[in-house]
Amino acid sequence: MDVIELARWQFAFTTLFHFIFVPLTIGLSAFVATMQTKWVRTGDEQYLRMTQFWGKLLLVNFAIGIATGLVQEFQFGMAWSAYSRYVGDVFGAPLAMEGLGAFFLESTFLGIWIFGWNRLPKKLHLASIWLVFIGTNLSAYFILAANAWMQSPVGYEIDPVTGNAVLTSIWELLTNPIAIYAYLHTIPAALTSAAALIVGISIWHLGRKPGHETGFFRRSVRWGLRGMLVFALATITVGHFFGQQIAEKQPMKMAAAEALYESRSGAPLSLMAIAPFEKKPERLSFSIEIPKLYSFMETNDFNGHVEGINDLQKEYQEKYAQYEIDRGRDPKAAEYYPIVGMTYWSFRTMVGAGVLMALFAAVGLLIERKKPGGVAAMSRRKWFRCLGFGALIGGFLAQAAGWIFTEIGRQPWAVTGLLKTEDAISQLGASTVAISLSVFIVLYVVIGAIEFWLFRKLAIKGPDPLPDPDDDDESPAKPPLPSLAY
Amino acid sequence: MDLATVWFLLIAFFWAGYLVLEGFDFGVGMLLPFAAKNADERGQAIRTFGPVWDANEVWLIVAGASMFAAFPYWYAAMFSAMYLPLTLLLVALIVRVLAIEWRVKLDDPQWKRRCDVVLVISSYVAPFAVALALTNVVRGIPLDADSNYSGTLLDLLNPYALTGAFAVLAIYALHGATFLGLRSTGAVRERAQRIAIRIWPVATLLGGGFGIWTLAGTGGYDAGISPVAVAALAVAAGALLVAGWAVVQRREAIAFAATVVAILGVGVLLFAQLWPNVLPSTDVAAGTVSIANGSSSPYTLKVMTWVAVTIVPVVLLYQGWSYWVFRHRVQADGFEKAKSPLQALEQRRAAED
Repeated sequence: MDVIELARWQFAFTTLFHFIFVPLTIGLSAFVATMQTKWVRTGDEQYLRMTQFWGKLLLVNFAIGIATGLVQEFQFGMAWSAYSRYVGDVFGAPLAMEGLGAFFLESTFLGIWIFGWNRLPKKLHLASIWLVFIGTNLSAYFILAANAWMQSPVGYEIDPVTGNAVLTSIWELLTNPIAIYAYLHTIPAALTSAAALIVGISIWHLGRKPGHETGFFRRSVRWGLRGMLVFALATITVGHFFGQQIAEKQPMKMAAAEALYESRSGAPLSLMAIAPFEKKPERLSFSIEIPKLYSFMETNDFNGHVEGINDLQKEYQEKYAQYEIDRGRDPKAAEYYPIVGMTYWSFRTMVGAGVLMALFAAVGLLIERKKPGGVAAMSRRKWFRCLGFGALIGGFLAQAAGWIFTEIGRQPWAVTGLLKTEDAISQLGASTVAISLSVFIVLYVVIGAIEFWLFRKLAIKGPDPLPDPDDDDESPAKPPLPSLAY
Repeated sequence: MDLATVWFLLIAFFWAGYLVLEGFDFGVGMLLPFAAKNADERGQAIRTFGPVWDANEVWLIVAGASMFAAFPYWYAAMFSAMYLPLTLLLVALIVRVLAIEWRVKLDDPQWKRRCDVVLVISSYVAPFAVALALTNVVRGIPLDADSNYSGTLLDLLNPYALTGAFAVLAIYALHGATFLGLRSTGAVRERAQRIAIRIWPVATLLGGGFGIWTLAGTGGYDAGISPVAVAALAVAAGALLVAGWAVVQRREAIAFAATVVAILGVGVLLFAQLWPNVLPSTDVAAGTVSIANGSSSPYTLKVMTWVAVTIVPVVLLYQGWSYWVFRHRVQADGFEKAKSPLQALEQRRAAED
């Protein structure tokens, strides 16, 4: 493999790994903050225990998200210095804003939340977890705005002297439609994943240890199911309009997502297709389609015109001929489409997992309402527990697939229409990147395994028992609160 | 003063802040095997920085991101040149975060011990890599005409940078000891004081030597001597002397304040020597990245200045407040769990034996 392949694998691997944990952090912090709010409002101990149990899982997860996030901030400069020079004027701004506006907030108040249980007034302490949640949201917004600029550059011009991109409007950058849709899509998706995690773990407990902590996990599962349904539907709805935006700004990405080769009117929606294992397979060996639906999805008209990969490729070869000539390459040989199969299937995995999760939540709520014993009784059945676990996995799967779709679908561009990925790399030896990639793979596999083991252990252990009222008579100043601190 | 210079100063501020703040939690990590002799005491030592270390580390991220936003050419050239040392830094920081955060999540002595080992090792490696990177920036590195790195890994391991890295380790050990002395109680506090006395001569000699070397021309690239750098070195040296006196006199607050000032002095010294460049080239002179040729456009700098002017004071306020909330001395686990003062005293006696 050459250095560009290695560096791409490294970026993809470290970023995807990081993004396993980030949505869970965003989503769980909202749930934990809401639980703690209920506790402060009602004084109900059960809510406090929910805050602590789910909060502990949040913290385990938060740690690995922070740790792997460090790599993201560094590796643009380390492995993609040509990119950094080219876009730094534009792209660096939201990154610095993220650091100043979001990371400081998140980290400071997370520390205050973990250690502040006995030190701060209840409400002030509660505010700290909400500030953490706000911090994660700000962080998400800034980083999505930065990413959106790579998908669909706005608010910039090309400096005639240096040839680099230069920011002309921070407002346009921060209100990039792609950024707004991505944010409105990603946050409910994160909440859905977190809700699915709560549901999956609660169902496991309800089923495996009937009668043990039933009240605790029934309440948790109800919270989870409701959240899952509402947020999954929100994610899907925003996703639909987001898709229309993408079709407008990055037609090649959506064409690849549909494996639509020729531009046409009344294009069908492909449910699934199998094709030879090639970058752009020319024929499909198997395909199920719904007539005209794709056109309707993208244009709100069953006979609407949508663009196909081959026509776009021809159009781009002319449009970007100068780009290739400037870099001494043959414009006729340039490819402007991503790996079609990967784009197609990651898109379907994302949508499929999302829809199934919404369905599961709807059915779960129905069971809870109609069936005697509700979800708790159903959880005794193994297949239902497996479904619950499937929902938990579905959250992670949809997140990962969504990002693979977003980033693979942008290829061959690092910045759509401005800079190709192959031109973004640092001048590094292949061996150097091979070393760092191996290091990161080994490290991440190890810490991923530990995280999984730790998370599983804590999830199975269940919530801490209520304090024994006979036990605390000698030290009344020490309520049994700070189990989250260290 | 133009905005590029403002951003140079801001970046120097973020770096100096990072060196001071994460410096003490690195230092405590380094001293863990010497200052804390059992699991309870190790927990106590870690809790002295527990609520604040994460925000301390954000200073590094902000410093890096500010370089990206305000000086893309600096960020690109420096980070790609120091690819392997920075990879090492990232690995150390990653495992350190996890060791700190995960160690208490299981009530298992062996698990905690393993986390502590990781914490100690990474607390040496991370500041070493940071210092190596920063000192090489000040010294200058071989760059070609396009500011791409033309040296090898060995060029980064030059005597000046290595001296700087060891000086930083020694100063951090002292800084960690004065912090621990200020923030802990009992046996840990006593040991921290003894360690501070022992490490002080090493830190002062190495720090002073490194400072003079920095002024005297730092290797391939000769920037002359900046008066600000001379003043900063004088302040840092004076602060180290005060720290020595305060440690012996058991004036813990003064000792810690002195090590803070000393590290700030070192930060100012480095960046004053660097000015007006940001990454000097020791190979092709045209490859040198300076404040003038490496900065972002005036518009971006203006936007970022507004952002910084608005947000930084607020950040300083709430971060300062978090230090105020957790200003109390931290006791050992056993001591906190004690049911009566008498039992606490017994435990303390047992811990000191």
